[in-house]
Formats: sequence, structure tokens, C-alpha cells
Amino acid sequence: MSITEVEFQVASVENAPVQAVEGRSQWQLTWLRLRSDKVAIASLIVIVIMFALALASPAIAALVHHPPNTAYPLTGENVAGNPVGPGTNGFLLGTDDTGRDLLVRILYGARISLFVGVVTTLIGTVAGVAVGLIAGYFGGVIDTILARFTDAVLAFPYIVLALALAVVLGPSLTVIIGVISFFAWAGIARIVRGQTLSLKEKEYIEAARSLGAGPFRIMFIDILPNLLAPVLVLATLYIPNAVVFESTLSFLGLGIQPPTASWGNILATATNFYTVAWWYTVFPALALLITTLAFNLLGDGIRDAMDPGTERLLAARRGAKKRRAQRREMKGAGPSEAFPDPGTQAQPPIGLG
Amino acid sequence: MTIARFLIRRILSGIVVLWLVATATFLLFFARPVATVARQLAGREATPAVINQVIKNLGLNQPIVVQYWHFLDNLLHGNLGYSYFTQESVNTMVRQDLPPTASVVIGGVILWLVVGLGIGILSATRARSLFDRLSAIGVLIGLSMPTFVIGEFLLLIVFVPLNQHGFHWIQDQYSGPSQGLGTWIGHMILPWITLAAVQAAVYTRLMRGQLLTTLGEDYIRTARAKGLSERRVVFRHGVRAALTPVVSQLGVDVGQLLGGVIVVEQVFGLGGLGQVAVQSIFDDNLPVIIGFVIVAAAFVVVANIIVDLAYALLDPRVRIA
Repeated sequence: MSITEVEFQVASVENAPVQAVEGRSQWQLTWLRLRSDKVAIASLIVIVIMFALALASPAIAALVHHPPNTAYPLTGENVAGNPVGPGTNGFLLGTDDTGRDLLVRILYGARISLFVGVVTTLIGTVAGVAVGLIAGYFGGVIDTILARFTDAVLAFPYIVLALALAVVLGPSLTVIIGVISFFAWAGIARIVRGQTLSLKEKEYIEAARSLGAGPFRIMFIDILPNLLAPVLVLATLYIPNAVVFESTLSFLGLGIQPPTASWGNILATATNFYTVAWWYTVFPALALLITTLAFNLLGDGIRDAMDPGTERLLAARRGAKKRRAQRREMKGAGPSEAFPDPGTQAQPPIGLG
Repeated sequence: MTIARFLIRRILSGIVVLWLVATATFLLFFARPVATVARQLAGREATPAVINQVIKNLGLNQPIVVQYWHFLDNLLHGNLGYSYFTQESVNTMVRQDLPPTASVVIGGVILWLVVGLGIGILSATRARSLFDRLSAIGVLIGLSMPTFVIGEFLLLIVFVPLNQHGFHWIQDQYSGPSQGLGTWIGHMILPWITLAAVQAAVYTRLMRGQLLTTLGEDYIRTARAKGLSERRVVFRHGVRAALTPVVSQLGVDVGQLLGGVIVVEQVFGLGGLGQVAVQSIFDDNLPVIIGFVIVAAAFVVVANIIVDLAYALLDPRVRIA
């Protein structure tokens, strides 16, 4: 941190209104920071709406009188037998190739996608945390074996495993959840292991051990709470991955099988109709994109909010104009004058790397 | 000399990995009741006579250890078996279907690295500029898009309108470079962009973060202080050091690349290994799947050795460790 930056900070502290100091937990602070992040809050709202729509899909299907697997060859297809466009004959987003209501299909697809995304992330997170803690805490041979295995899983082509399992077991929801979970834990395990390695050398762990705490008590009561923040971020960022993963497998025909709707298999059939029915490709793709984008933005937001260094970044953003003016005034005073600042050192690359 | 020893060690461990994959494949596909295996190997519409023939030819009635030995022996002789569905040798199928796959991989990887690293470097050296912000938005969209969605959007907004308006250079499906380089590029340009888009996003983000950290180091300040040109500082001192973690990420992503290739082949109807493998699942064509799994594993292992070599050349510390 350069001297000028320290001065900026002092300046912004002086300008801030005086507040009574009160103790706040890490989670309270995170929530306070997250609340001021408009993008993250908007993403959170989008995600909540998506979940609500997915849960309410039977109700919506009843409302428009179009069950998800019922075809309407008379109203849902034009004379050439192709899908009808949005708004035609009461189909809000048009129909698919067999004359089913696309809106209802997309909503039912959301159920599958969100379910798979959340369940696999939960399984992967629990497994990843367990493996990472055990490898990092015990070290030695256990660590070597687990770490090697983790690396191997990370480099394994997931589609190949999915292909093989789809042949041997037949494609199904269970196989999909199994395959995605199998790849979900590795990234989390790697990070948790690294953190555990450094945390276990801390004095308070030594204190716990000298008080007679066993290895599992230390791992889960003393170390784990310190890892919850990065794990929460990783998990949030894995959900969109899992959603993409599921839709890719279903797109290839290795995942959810028709007539059950999934964004992937809707888009797979849509490939044959993109010349005559743009809505067939565009709407499911948009649903998918909005969902994954919202999770990614929320994950980034949580990561920024968890990082104390971001406070400075946010403050900097708010006072950007003021800072620029101050910098002009200060020119010739700070040491940064000697090194024309390309703008890279001004702020640490927190949360953007 | 150290580099040769490093290479030998990596190749040996690569062989061990391949053996493990082959064993796992064998257990997955063959360690099941004889009738099930034979039926799947023979294909869905096989008559009982054909199934009996398959059992006899492959010796499926023999103890599993003997079968395992035959399996490894065949692999060592480069024989991937026969598709009972089409009576074709899997080796021939792989050789025939390789060109589209290789075209997608080579062009896609070049585009992905050039675009990903290029934009990453540009946004790191212009941090917080309009370009940087735009590229950050692009990266987020790229990260959130499945490969096949990008492909379908490209078909919808580039391929269809251009061809409707009499501009026929950009095409789907495959056409080899032997039919003219221009035609080849015209057929491959959309697959390349599709394959590159998602991965380039990851690398832009990684490169930007690494380069920003590196450019904050003291030795960069020293380099500037001794009067080196900005370009030399960024490329010789900055990018070279920042590249090491990027290269190690490359080893991890080779496997993901394969997934991307299969999807791209499917979306653009290119034929190729991936599409054949997916088709084989619907035909229950087991020998082709086994062949594909082994070829894919070999590809990942070889690519990882190459990546490790690049890593060792970039960072001398790796060779000693």
C-alpha cells in the first residue's frame, strides 16, 4: 500500500459521520457489505424468483391450462407442422416441435436444473470439506493419496465418465447427480486442504490440543468455522457450473430423458428447428443464461463482501470523483510521482482475479 | 540433462495412469454377467447366434483374469476391437473420424489462448478502463454460458441470416482442408469461436488476476526504474512470470476441452470422434465407447505431459522438485 493510499483512507474516515462503535459478527459485516452491492442483491432477487417460479410451475401450468407433457397439435402447430410463435393461441412463449407449451416446459426444466444444481453442490461441498480437512490435518501418506486423487479427478474429462456410466447404468437423474457430485468435491477439497494446512499450525489449535481435544474435535469445531466463508463462496460459484453441466449432459442425450423437461434436452431438440422457430432456442437458453449469470454474480458479490479489503474498494468506488480531485492536488507530493502509476497498483486485485 | 530426466519420469507416470484407466475401463464394462456384456458388445439388434459368436470370439466364458490379459494384450498391439454393429474395426473408425476432431481442437485452442491471454493482458495493463470493464462483463457471460448455447446462438444470429442473404462462406458441417483452405476455415470458424469462447473467459480472468499481482511486485518497479520500455517490462518481466499458474491450469482444462469438443461436434454436425461416441451410446455400441474412452484418456495423458514440459521450461524450479 502506498503512502498516498493511507492518506486517502484517513481522509475518508474523517469525512464519515460519527457512529457508535458496536460489536458485529463476521456474518453481520458480510451482510452489511453485501446489502450495498446492488448487482449482488439484484442477482439474489433473480435467483429467488427463479426458485419461486420453479416451485410454482404446476400452479402456472394449471393457470394457462397446459400440462407440461400434453401436446396441442391443433393450436400449438401451424399448417406446416412447425411450432407456433410467442403469443399465438394462448402460448405465451410459443410451442415446441410437438406443440407443447414452451413456457410450461421451461418452468418444469427449471425444477430439474435448480434441483440438480443445489443437490450436487451440497453433496460435493460436504465431501470436499471432509476430504480437504482430513488431507490437510493428518498430512503424510493420507494427504499424498487424497491430494493425488483430487488432482486426478480435476483433470479427468467429465464427459468421458458420463458417457461410460450412461452406457453401463443407463442415463437417469440419479446417474447425473452421481456424476456431477463426483466432480464437484475436488475443487473445494483442494482449497480446504490448503487452508487447513496453514490453520493447523496456529497457536489456538495447539492450545486446543493441549486441552485434550481429539483430532476430529479440532477439525470440525476449531478449524471448520474458519473455512465457512471461502466454502460458501466456492459453493455458490459451483451451482452455475452444475447447472451448465446438467444441461450439457441432457443436451447430448446422456442426462434427463424426454418427455421429462430439462433446459438441456429442450435445447437439444430445438437445434433441429432454429431456422423456423427462433423462440424455441432463445427462451430456454435465456432462462439458463439468466440463472447461471445470477449465481455467478452473487458468488462474486459474496466473495467481495467476505473480504475485509473490499471495504476500501467500495469506499473508493463511492468516492472516485473526490479521489481523482485529491490526486490532482497531491501530484508532486506522493512517492507515486516517481513511478507513473498505470492504474494497476492503485487497488489490489481483490475478488477480480 | 535434468529436462530429459524430468521428461522420462513424466512419461513413466503417464504410462501408469493409462494402465489405471484401461483397468478401470475393463472393470466397468466387463466385470458383469457374461450375457449382459455379450449382448451389449453385440449391439441392440443382435440375434442369439451373433451373441454366441461374440462370446466365443472374445472368450467371455473364460476367467476374468484371462480376459483382462487379452484386453491389455490387444491394447498393447494397438487393437481397439471391432464394432459388431457395423462390422468395422474401431481403429479404422478412429482414424476416419479424427480429422474433424483434430481441426476443432487445433483451431479452437489457438483462438482460445490468443483471445484469452490477449484480452487478459490488455485488461490488466489497462485496469479499471472501459475496455477492462467491458471484458469483465464478457468474461462473466462467457463463464455462465454452456458451450452448446453459444454454438446455437451463433447458428441463429450468424449462420442463418448470412446464408439467407446469399453469403455462403460460413457453413456448418465439416469440410476438410484438402477441399480448399478457405472452405475449411469457413466451415470451422463458428466451431472454433464456440469452443474458444467459454475457455477464453476463464483464461482472461486468470491472466488478468495473475498479471495484476505480478505488476505490483517490487522487481517490476525496479525494471521500470532502470528505464526499460513499458512493453519490455510488461512482456519480459510481467507476462512471463504471470504465465506459470496459467500453464498449470492448462493441464486441468485439457479434460474439459474434450467435453467442449464433443458438444461442438454435436451442435455443428461435424462428425468426428465425439459425435460417433455419443451416437454409439444410442446404438448400444460398446466396443466404440471403450475405444473412445481409451483414446480420450491417452489424449489427456499426452497433453498433460506436453503442458508439464512447457511448465518446466517456463519455471526452472519445477525441474528440480
